[in-house]
Amino acid sequence: MHGLNFDIAHLLAGSLVLVSFMLLYQDRLYALLNVYALHAVVLALSVAWQAYIQGAPHLYITAAIALLFKAIVIPVALHRMIVKLGIHREIEAVGGIGLTMLLGMGLVALAMVVTLRATEGAGLLAREDLAFALSVVLLGLLMMVTRRNAVSQVVGFMSLENGLVLAATGAKGMPLVVEISVAFSILIAFIVIGIFLFRIRERFDTVDVAALDRYRGEHG
Amino acid sequence: MTTTLAVQAAQMLLVLGLAPLLVGFVRKVKARLLRRQGPPLIQPYRDLIRLLRKDLVLATSASWLFRAIPYLIFAATWVAAALVPTFATGLMFSWSADLIVIIALLGLARFFLALAGLDVGTSFGGIGSSREVMIASLAEPAMLMIVFTLALAAGSTQLSTMAEYLASGEAGLRFSLGLALIALIIVAIAENARIPVDNPATHLELTMVHEAMVLEYSGRHLALIDLSAELKLLLYVSLIACLFMPWGIAAPDAGLEALLIGVIAYIAKLTAVGFLLAVFETSIAKMRVFRVPEFLGVALMLALLATLLLFVSRSL
Amino acid sequence: MTLVVVLAIAAALLIVSALSLALLGTALGRILVYGISLTLAGIGLAAALGALIGQVPTETLTLPLGLPWIGAHFRLDALSAFFLVVVNLGGGAASLYALGFGRHETAPQRVLPFYPLFLAGMTLVVIADDAFTFLFSWEFMSLSSWALVMAHDHVRENLRAGYVYLVMASFGTLALLIAFGLLAGPDGAYAFDAIRNSQVAPGLVPLVLILVLIGSGSKAGLVPLHAWLPLAHPAAPSHVSGLLSGVMTKVAVYAFARIVFDLLGDPAWWWSMVVLALAGITCVMGVLYALMQHDLKRLLAYHTVENIGIIFIGLGLALGFQAYGLGWAAALAFTAALLHVLNHSLFKHLLFLGSGAVLTATGERNMEHLGGLIHRMPLTAFTFLVGCVAISALPPLNGFVSEWLTFQAILQSPQLPSWGLKFLIPAVGSLLALSAALAAACFVKAFGITFLGRPRTEAARRAHETDAFSLTSMFTLATLCLIAGILPGYFIDALAPVAKSMVGESMPLQHGVPFLSIVPIAEGRSSYNGLLVFLFMVVSGVAAAIVIHRFASDRIRRGPAWDCGYPDPSTQTQYTSSSFAQPIRRVFGTLVFRASEQVDMPPPGDQRPARLVVRLTDTIWDALYEPIAVVVGTIADRLNRLQYLSIRHYLGFVFVSLVGLLLVLAIWP
Repeated sequence: MHGLNFDIAHLLAGSLVLVSFMLLYQDRLYALLNVYALHAVVLALSVAWQAYIQGAPHLYITAAIALLFKAIVIPVALHRMIVKLGIHREIEAVGGIGLTMLLGMGLVALAMVVTLRATEGAGLLAREDLAFALSVVLLGLLMMVTRRNAVSQVVGFMSLENGLVLAATGAKGMPLVVEISVAFSILIAFIVIGIFLFRIRERFDTVDVAALDRYRGEHG
Repeated sequence: MTTTLAVQAAQMLLVLGLAPLLVGFVRKVKARLLRRQGPPLIQPYRDLIRLLRKDLVLATSASWLFRAIPYLIFAATWVAAALVPTFATGLMFSWSADLIVIIALLGLARFFLALAGLDVGTSFGGIGSSREVMIASLAEPAMLMIVFTLALAAGSTQLSTMAEYLASGEAGLRFSLGLALIALIIVAIAENARIPVDNPATHLELTMVHEAMVLEYSGRHLALIDLSAELKLLLYVSLIACLFMPWGIAAPDAGLEALLIGVIAYIAKLTAVGFLLAVFETSIAKMRVFRVPEFLGVALMLALLATLLLFVSRSL
Repeated sequence: MTLVVVLAIAAALLIVSALSLALLGTALGRILVYGISLTLAGIGLAAALGALIGQVPTETLTLPLGLPWIGAHFRLDALSAFFLVVVNLGGGAASLYALGFGRHETAPQRVLPFYPLFLAGMTLVVIADDAFTFLFSWEFMSLSSWALVMAHDHVRENLRAGYVYLVMASFGTLALLIAFGLLAGPDGAYAFDAIRNSQVAPGLVPLVLILVLIGSGSKAGLVPLHAWLPLAHPAAPSHVSGLLSGVMTKVAVYAFARIVFDLLGDPAWWWSMVVLALAGITCVMGVLYALMQHDLKRLLAYHTVENIGIIFIGLGLALGFQAYGLGWAAALAFTAALLHVLNHSLFKHLLFLGSGAVLTATGERNMEHLGGLIHRMPLTAFTFLVGCVAISALPPLNGFVSEWLTFQAILQSPQLPSWGLKFLIPAVGSLLALSAALAAACFVKAFGITFLGRPRTEAARRAHETDAFSLTSMFTLATLCLIAGILPGYFIDALAPVAKSMVGESMPLQHGVPFLSIVPIAEGRSSYNGLLVFLFMVVSGVAAAIVIHRFASDRIRRGPAWDCGYPDPSTQTQYTSSSFAQPIRRVFGTLVFRASEQVDMPPPGDQRPARLVVRLTDTIWDALYEPIAVVVGTIADRLNRLQYLSIRHYLGFVFVSLVGLLLVLAIWP
């Protein structure tokens, strides 16, 4: 194994998992957006490194897209939206931060056990990449499930998306077309969610998901 | 045989001699960063000598245990500090106690310190003891998980073997070791009662943990406890240095030059880490007491993650 | 030969119990019972040690008692010999203690006859070699200990404790009964030799394992079956509490080890995961419960739960390693578990005896009414301190050695091929580390609040030292704790035949290692030398004392406490046990116990006192025991109607069952 190359790829993918944990730890909205920007930067670095060691130059473009859109455009836009809508800036977690972190640890262990068992015989770099990517996806899902604030759920969805990109770059040979379509689907989803948030705000005066539940006739 | 014995004895005296100097250096750097002159570097030595010469004032409700505890704490901390490789690995008695034993010896010292806080029967001692055991209840498992990570990577819990493994370069740039380093730094800050966990310079009752437990100590007892605290800081800095900055450390049965290089490298590492500690302490504020468990919880999570991630990496 | 001696001891204990009925209430009765129990325990200890260290071959014996077609089989092999050592050591220490402590017994006629029966029951369980003798001795042990728990029945909570104990003990015995039934198979071969040689149907093996876990785990105190332990153990007189926590729980561990390692055949990979998961949870829950207590004996009882968790972690690891053929690692884990069995029986017994001394001296079990006892009872305080340091797993005492060995076993987990186990074992290791740190916190609280500080009530102010017998017993146990800590190699070597018989291999021989270190696996991997660490500490402490006293000052003045310049004469401003536990309660308790604090602060000018109410819920009791109790109660209420039927109804029942059985006979092919 090319020792140092493997180690740096390992380092970057592991950092992505670490930043996912940092996302779970945040309880202020602006800090959450900053950490999400960091998440996207680490993803970009990881994809760029994969491009270097796999010798796949189209992945550099993927890295640039991730850096531009996910690390700069989207956080800035979300920041503006928060200011404009006057969204509640504290994030309440269901069950407390400690419990969420413990569940996160369990999910990471589960993702690793499953991936390592299911991919016997594959190359070690790809296996490790997939294990980390599955962890990031599960952590993103955990974030969506345990947060009451709609913006933090959107960020959770975005981090889940980052995990999928990591998985795709680990498996060699993902064409650029797929990445463009993926990027555009994110944008469309983002626009849709943004529009819904504006309309929700007009009608219900809050984007706290628990308040939405009240109007569905369910009690929180 | 005699050389290894001499090296071990030299190490025991070296840690005892350097510990107050390290604390003096950290205080001087902090003062300079705050644009003050600061006390001279040898001030901790002067403080110790001054305390040793003073009369002892014991509270009427203090017991024989209160009087014996400073010696116990000093003995446990000194034995632990003597077993951490500083300028040379392969110490003569390194096989008698591995890293788990060193941590347990520090736990023994902390156990008795917490008892000392409760001995006189004041509420300040109680504050210190109860907060100290809360911090310890999270710092110790984090430390043990760090030991697991290192032991699983190096294949042994003996500190000399770990240091040699990490010095040999086989470990490479492993992510788990990076996480373990961050966790170790957090645990070291918590255990040594440094900002952001505890302020070593304050004497405001409600903000202190370590100082609250030793509030009733005076004279030679206080000198021993201060020396033990300084030894503990040196121990943690040496631990970080020998594990994560293993450059220049002398191999076992090395000649005199290698040992001298080891000593110089060690002093350089102490200076560097002391400087970083001072900068770190000056740049952030002390946390509220109940944010400390979250801080230590992060260390525990990082250490646990480091252990789990070891399985994904190269050899395991 | 040794087996005959042991059986004779059991018979002698039964005779002593009968004799005591004649001499109830007199001092002679007490001296007779405890004195003879002490002698018999000493003989038993010598015999068992001889059998264990001398590596005497297994002895069997069949007596024409009990069921006529089975008889009563008895067997003394290495595992039985080791547990006999534990039982007799505990019995001897308790009897010696009770020679002095028994003077203060208010109801001797409820304690003296049952005490030798309890010891006899435990001895018989450990040497039983067929299912019937085993279950008979098990129930005998449970019932005699129940009688001892109910000794002070004028206290209401003892009544509840006895009731819960009886229900849980019966439930456990039922589980074991079914397990043995499944093991014996359709032929009804109840002798353990027959079970060893036969094969249980593979589909039934999981069921047997679960039943054995329930049966032995409920007696040992595995979460969630632990609920009776903190009720029953404090209710008994203190020397019996020590026996219950220190020895009877170990007999339950013996049952688990005997059935799972010896009778059930080769372990499957998943057995280890179940045991490890349960054991890890037990560790943490036990110590968290203990931290919330302010009753000294209840704290100790909950802490037993934690230590049982540690023992089962070792056993679970041994099962896991054995399932994958790693005999040397299984031997390490198994030896660690057994060493912890011995260590725990030593220091937990010591702590309970100490609490008994405190109870006699002050009449109080509530720590918040004590304080400052170190001045009034210095010797008891010293032995209690040794017990506290030992149980917190601190070097150089014995608790540390068994925890260190368990950690070394956990570090062998990468050798296992199963991914599930590879990830579970470090997670369980972190739970073990967490519980060790919390245990130290718990015992700082227990010793600090009870013995240190200033006396909080008049009872604490008037305390006096205990009598010579109690002190001798406690000092013996404390010395054994120290010896087991600094010379662990001998103990590990004594356990080698046990490991070999149960797991197939044993740890490397320790008595050849230079300087009396222990080397669990190999020289370069890890080693520990308790003696050297102890000597280093003593030398450096004494040297520091001498140097300072020679060259610096050695004068002392006494004055009032500094207390930051605001000395408070009232002893109520000291920390209490619940205030000491408050930071930990806030960190862990909000999750585990739904702990909440409520402060009622009167407005300025109002004279009434402020109130702080702390609410803790026992989540396991509410989630598991309450619903079961409610369901059983409802069913019992419905069935109660059967008591009030007319004669015609009862005749109808008889008629219907008779016709039903005849129908079955008619239809059965």
